[in-house]
Amino acid sequence: MTPLLEVRGVSKRFGGLLAVSDVSFTLNQGEILGLIGPNGAGKTTLFNVVNGVYKSDQGSITFSGRDIAGMSPHKIVHLGLARTHQIVQPLNEMTVLDNVTVGACFGREYLGLSAARAVAREVLEQVGMGSRTKVLARSLTIAGKKRLEVARALAAKPALLLLDEVLAGLNPTEVAQMIELVRSIRDRGVSIFMIEHLMQAVMNLSDRIVVLNFGQKLAEGRPEDVARDPQVVEAYLGDPDIAEKLMEKN
Amino acid sequence: MIFRRPLFWLILILSAAFIYLPLRGQNVPLREDLILVAIAIILASNLNLMIGYTGYVNFGHIVFYGLGGYFGLYLTSIRGWNLVLAALAAGVAVSFLALLFGLGILRLRGAYFALATIGVLEAIQAFVINFDPWGRSTGMYLSFESYQAWGGAMRALWIDYYLIIGIMALSMILSLGIKISKFGLGLFAIRENEDAAAVLGVNTTVYKAIVYSVSAFLPAVAGALMFFKNGMIDPFVAFEFMLSLEGIVMLMLGGQGSVTGAALGAGMYEWLRSSLLTSPKLSDFQLVIAGGLLLVVVLFAPGGLIGWVYRLVPPSREVIE
Repeated sequence: MTPLLEVRGVSKRFGGLLAVSDVSFTLNQGEILGLIGPNGAGKTTLFNVVNGVYKSDQGSITFSGRDIAGMSPHKIVHLGLARTHQIVQPLNEMTVLDNVTVGACFGREYLGLSAARAVAREVLEQVGMGSRTKVLARSLTIAGKKRLEVARALAAKPALLLLDEVLAGLNPTEVAQMIELVRSIRDRGVSIFMIEHLMQAVMNLSDRIVVLNFGQKLAEGRPEDVARDPQVVEAYLGDPDIAEKLMEKN
Repeated sequence: MIFRRPLFWLILILSAAFIYLPLRGQNVPLREDLILVAIAIILASNLNLMIGYTGYVNFGHIVFYGLGGYFGLYLTSIRGWNLVLAALAAGVAVSFLALLFGLGILRLRGAYFALATIGVLEAIQAFVINFDPWGRSTGMYLSFESYQAWGGAMRALWIDYYLIIGIMALSMILSLGIKISKFGLGLFAIRENEDAAAVLGVNTTVYKAIVYSVSAFLPAVAGALMFFKNGMIDPFVAFEFMLSLEGIVMLMLGGQGSVTGAALGAGMYEWLRSSLLTSPKLSDFQLVIAGGLLLVVVLFAPGGLIGWVYRLVPPSREVIE
């Protein structure tokens, strides 16, 4: 099987800071790949490099067989790679429906306005916001805005969805709902690459996990193996028994 | 479809009224009043495409109008072109220039963009002041023969008036058409959050350049028509910075981002100015009032008149475009 996303030797430098250093990994079709690591490890920077917000200084990024390194973000969306933001970026003075319509209009299918509206309604129904279409995005709660981020990205009909901490800041009920949503997205055939700090969620959702520390890849593998890796425990998890604890609750 | 929008028909009715009212009894003073309102609506509506739709404050918008006037007067008077053809050519030429400038300065954002637009205005004014074919700082006068082609000055001025009303209608229809299109949705996304828009797939660079160029077209045509009516042009009336500022005040008053708001703001401001100008003691007093009004609007109704209505009756967002 050819990987959907292949990142090889990617580095990104900001002045004297090497934010991402020689990172390589692959993401397979239909997979949920988790990305974890301490604050400042370069996770979001890696996302920004993958979806074209930053240009990588080195390395290659291949998505569905095409080299996307250095491509601008809007072109990468057209190829079917959408993302959400860690710090939500709603189009405040526009309605929820219009926010999602933008995603559908300018996404992979580059739909016309009325077709995009229909897709937007469908997606909003799917993420459980079907009753809030006419509300201004500004007036949503943080959980609503996170859902909106996901809906907007989904409306682009991506093959791969990058989720940047969609669980952060949500209460336990909202977390459970969001986890369900992420699962349902994957069940519809969308591959997912997600940054997450909530260990229990990421351990249970992910098929595999990549660990970053100081911009470098520390480990990669199945969740239980990664959680037992002594380097990962030392750099990030802190508790050598965490793997057992997290898996138990599943 | 634009024909299903009530505002589309309202625009046509308004334009018909603008044509009918002065025509009844050949009321030239009324025509001269309405022509200023029409020009204000044209300038405010097209400026709205940049400020209200895309979120880029253009302080040099008047440069399109002035350049259009120069192209128009040059082509009709010196080259002997037909007025309609000359006005269209002026629109195309100025739009093309705007596209070139836009690709340069639209890399800037916020205050830096606004400053660059002032730079464009000043640079073009300085260029025209030193440009021999356009008469340097003394400008150009229309040869009287240009009116003869239309059956004398009186008839030419009426025809010119109808053309300007036509451009006014087109300006509002263009604003409405963009507002309800996919292009407009992309512009609104840029206004709200340019980085997010790019990540959602909007080609922001191209969209901004296109709207900057489009917002230049009708003001340039209007400039060609208006300076044909005035019969003369010089770099100081053509590129008056104050007019640029007044356009922004009109938008703030009426409500940026709204087709109705831009037109209402333009109408209100023109009405205010004409009532204050009638007294010789209060010459340019409209600027004092405008400054005060702007302060009140920014403090208490940042969305202008239409924004205030939206806030008062939220469902009106869906109705008033």
